Amino acid sequence: MLKDITLGQYFPMNSVVHRMDARYKIVITLIYLVMLFWGQQIWSLAAGLIFTATAVFCSKIPPKMIIKSIKPIVPILIFTGLINLLMLDGGDVYWKWWVIRITEEGVQTSVFMIVRICLLIAGTSLLTYTTSPIVLTDAIESLLSPMKKLKMPVHELAMMMTIALRFIPTLIEETSKIMAAQKARGADLESGSIVQRAQALVPILIPLFVSAFRRAEELALAMECRCYHGGEGRTRLRKLQSGLRDYIALAITLLMFAGVIVLNAVLH
Amino acid sequence: MPILEAKNLTYTYSIGSPFEKTAVDHIDLSIAEGEFVGVIGHTGSGKSTLMQMMNGLLQPTSGQILLDGCDIWDKKTDRRNIRFQVGLVFQYPEYQLFEETVYQDIAFGPKNMKLSEAEIDRRVRETAEAVGLTEEQLKKAPYALSGGQKRRAAIAGVMAMEPRVLILDEPTAGLDPKGRTKILTQLQAFHKRTGCTILLVSHSMEDVARYASKLLVLSQAKVVCYDTPTGVFAQSQSLESMGLALPQITRIFKQLAEKGISFEDEVYTVKYGAELLKTRLEGRNPEC
Amino acid sequence: MESLISIRDVRFAYAAGDETEQPTEVLKGISLEIQKGELVAVLGHNGSGKSTLAKLLNAILLPTSGSVQVDGMDTTDEARLFDIRQRVGMVFQNPDNQIVATIVEEDVAFALENMGVDPDEMRERVDEALKAVKMYDFREHAPHQLSGGQKQRVAIAGIIAMRPDCIVLDEPTAMLDPQGRREVMKTIKRLNRDYGITVILITHEMDEAAQCQRVVVIDHGMVRMDDVPEKVFSKVGEMKQIGLDVPQATELIHMLREAGYPLDPEIITEEACVDALTELFSQKS
Repeated sequence: MLKDITLGQYFPMNSVVHRMDARYKIVITLIYLVMLFWGQQIWSLAAGLIFTATAVFCSKIPPKMIIKSIKPIVPILIFTGLINLLMLDGGDVYWKWWVIRITEEGVQTSVFMIVRICLLIAGTSLLTYTTSPIVLTDAIESLLSPMKKLKMPVHELAMMMTIALRFIPTLIEETSKIMAAQKARGADLESGSIVQRAQALVPILIPLFVSAFRRAEELALAMECRCYHGGEGRTRLRKLQSGLRDYIALAITLLMFAGVIVLNAVLH
Repeated sequence: MPILEAKNLTYTYSIGSPFEKTAVDHIDLSIAEGEFVGVIGHTGSGKSTLMQMMNGLLQPTSGQILLDGCDIWDKKTDRRNIRFQVGLVFQYPEYQLFEETVYQDIAFGPKNMKLSEAEIDRRVRETAEAVGLTEEQLKKAPYALSGGQKRRAAIAGVMAMEPRVLILDEPTAGLDPKGRTKILTQLQAFHKRTGCTILLVSHSMEDVARYASKLLVLSQAKVVCYDTPTGVFAQSQSLESMGLALPQITRIFKQLAEKGISFEDEVYTVKYGAELLKTRLEGRNPEC
Repeated sequence: MESLISIRDVRFAYAAGDETEQPTEVLKGISLEIQKGELVAVLGHNGSGKSTLAKLLNAILLPTSGSVQVDGMDTTDEARLFDIRQRVGMVFQNPDNQIVATIVEEDVAFALENMGVDPDEMRERVDEALKAVKMYDFREHAPHQLSGGQKQRVAIAGIIAMRPDCIVLDEPTAMLDPQGRREVMKTIKRLNRDYGITVILITHEMDEAAQCQRVVVIDHGMVRMDDVPEKVFSKVGEMKQIGLDVPQATELIHMLREAGYPLDPEIITEEACVDALTELFSQKS
């Protein structure tokens, strides 16, 4: 059933990575991403690979799940690989036909890019696998809170994200109900030209929008009844707490990043 | 001659996942043409799944649904045509209204049937009258109607397809007593006039007892019984053990019987109960 | 007993859609006193004005004329707005559309977060509220994993956590199955009995009203009846004319009374009905 789909990508487990402060996890992931693109040597990629593998191991997330997260981007990987393979020219020529030349540099860069993108996806998936959407939202709100001084509506954005997350399953369920009901009235959703199919969506989209607006109105009323008045003076039930493991993890990441920068400079 | 039959019918959700659940479990059922069936059972008893299989919206995991003796999932069958013959009104159907006017919305089903303009017009006007919507209201936008009117407009949208079997999933949910009675009496009149077969899913024993000629009781994905109201209410203990409450009037007569004031017939409407009591009190009936 | 909410000659009209239309008056002069600790049903058909009345009680709407006072505070007093909303909590019909957070306990904490309650005290009050509605074991569930009745109990817990004096429930069972209805009614009655919370139950279900101590019948924006349920339901003809039901027991007695049998009209329960009938038969023989 549609409502059984787990929200986001969260994979609840009891591990060190799950227990980490989400703010640190976000910062670490960001540093890790920058590092992946900074490093130009095979060594920096190896460091990224070891780092990711260790993190996955500590998170107790089955490696199968990480591979699953890479699957949807396989076409992008192939495309990037091919472009690099064909466009770059340099070093030994391995194979030649008409205007196509496969060269040493092309192969190197292409493999490099593919591994880099895989690591990038694996790292970010690990963040969403180990952090529930609501905690992630809280962490983003907390990290962005200095921006409040610049009049950025940080609390409002976080509240919107929370409500969106809350209503995704409700609206998915509602969509399948409306689709079934219109099908029962003979709506044909499966055949016809693209234009006909787009037209066939009208009986589904209109009721869905109407219902979403009605829900929004009722929710706003319910929130008002519970004294909601924006982010001012608000306290939170769940406090984000950082501890020794977060500091250590951040320190390791920073050290690694520093290492990559030094390597880059030395080897150039 | 049965119009709808279920043969060894089974439906399992999310096979192979941790959420696997059998909602309908090897059901056999045969519904005669022209019957008014009240369908009762808890949430999760499999009612909704069974109803959606009956008009071909869900494909059975195993077993068959027969309409006029033909398997609706046979390769040769046109499934859309099945949906026109077995009309299904979902819960809170007013949330599916989408056209600019009530008239157009009721016409949506008949239009999908590719009927002629004149035929569509006749059907829209006839069903609108059947559910008590005026000419004036047909021209209005759906949102301009009251809650009860919207509900009736949505029901009319399915009725206008003139299905031979009309299935309604809790058509009175959330309405007040007046709105409930209105829909149920209109349904009863529609049934009498067209002779179509009706399946009415309801949580209210009082309602199904008053209007249905047969009751279908479902529990834990199985059919507990399919019988006349008298037959079903005679098994009061098994109903109550399933947590399905009998109508209050039936419970009162059960208790009277325990105190020695018993009647041969099962009582499930107040009117009939009062008649029986009056006759007995006047001493015209030497039954006891 | 002292009055918790006093409604004095309240009229209310929704603004007209455009200038050619007259504003429709929904409430036409309602006066009611709600005492502390009462369990009151407000019974009326759809469109009788009962939901509008509910929204006037915690300053979601303000009366066009007349006044609503909560514990001496006038609902038009903007400075006391949050005081009033904290004291008079409100639960709506659709359980899905009043749960804000993606985790049960976070939702229960929502009002407290808005009120700026200290996190440690918040934890305590959230747990207490969840226990009061018997949903503590579900505190880490996502709302979409719960049944309708359970969601509605979570919504009630979200209100209880504010420690209100009074809860107003606007048709809280209309979208639930019989099981969910029983759960919610049981919860409401327990909160009233064990926690002394004043409950105002807006409904069109006569069997729910029959479980309350007092029934106020609203029709066309006016109070038609205000009495104990026995007296209200004994007026079978008037109730039917308004478009409301009476218990089948009452209806049966009413039919026999019309045929001339001397029975007590104020019977609303099965037991009383069976007793009265047995007695009638024993007199006869």
